[in-house]
Formats: sequence, C-alpha cells, structure tokens
Amino acid sequence: MYLGEVIGTVVASQKVEGLTGQKLLLVQPVDESRVPNGSKHVAVDTVRAGEGDFVYLVGSREAAEALENTFVPVDAAIVGIVDDCFHRNEGSAG
Amino acid sequence: MKLCRVLGNVVASEHHPAYDGHTLLLVQPESPKGDANGKTYLAVDSVQAGTGDRVIVLTEGSGVGQVLKSGRGPIRSVIVGIVDDVTFN
Repeated sequence: MYLGEVIGTVVASQKVEGLTGQKLLLVQPVDESRVPNGSKHVAVDTVRAGEGDFVYLVGSREAAEALENTFVPVDAAIVGIVDDCFHRNEGSAG
Repeated sequence: MKLCRVLGNVVASEHHPAYDGHTLLLVQPESPKGDANGKTYLAVDSVQAGTGDRVIVLTEGSGVGQVLKSGRGPIRSVIVGIVDDVTFN
C-alpha cells in the first residue's frame, strides 16, 4: 500500500463493463511528508475521497479486491483517507 | 519477504472495511546492513511492531490473507516478523 494525494477527477463515459459506476480519481503518489514520489495515475475510489485529500491506496491485483465485484480490470484503489501520518523524521504530516 | 524499518504509523478513520482493527505502519525498505533502500510504503501490522523496529514484510499473494485470517482482500503488505539480528558474509 502507498500514500497519495487526490489531484483531480477522471470522467470516462465509454468504459468496460466492470468499471461502470466506479468513481475514478487522479492521484499523485507522495511520501510521508507529502512530497510527490511517483507518476500520477488513475485510481478507483472506495472511501468517498475528494480533491486535495491525503489518502492511501492499494495497487496491483489486490486493488480489485477492494470492490464489490472483485473480477474487474482495476490496478489501483483508494482504500483510506489519512487523518495523520506520524513518522520519526518529522512528526506528523496531516 | 523484505527487510524494512518501521518509520511511523498512519491514522485513517475513513477506510475500507478490510482495514478495520488493523494498524497501518509506514516502512522503509533496508539493505541487510541497515541502509535505506527504496521508497517508503505502508504495511498492516500482525506482530505488534513499533516505530524503530526492524521487520520482515510480506508483500503480495495469498500469504497476506493467511496471516490476517481474512482470505483475499485489498491488503498487499503485512509485517510478519520483528528482526532480532541479521548475519551475513
């Protein structure tokens, strides 16, 4: 699992059946201090996250497991909204 | 499994039900010598690890569901051991 920040939404009216009804968000992976550390990508939302939220995601095959129908073509899912991230280098990055 | 150091923890009151009751820790991959080695990521704890502990992290596969006794779910990484010592040549 990894940390990220929601930076936008993605609308795709034409998509494969398994993705119907799923909210797609644009995510920037970040480190524990909210510094970007990877490529922006699209993720399915399962926790009603919104733009600007500090979130955590699960990737690969396990991402599909976050949805009700687990046999879907999804490789990144937002599974939590971070209230606080405490770490020994800098305390908290909320 | 990967050798990592626990750097801290993440608090998230809004989360997927699969994460209910689990502690989410921030881990930094390390070389056997103890040097930071790669990007930090998150792992669910199963051994009461804490900040500063050196741990073994299991990533991917059905082993995660076995450790958490939850079957398959949206969890990829679990801390499965606290390292006392690493010896190598």
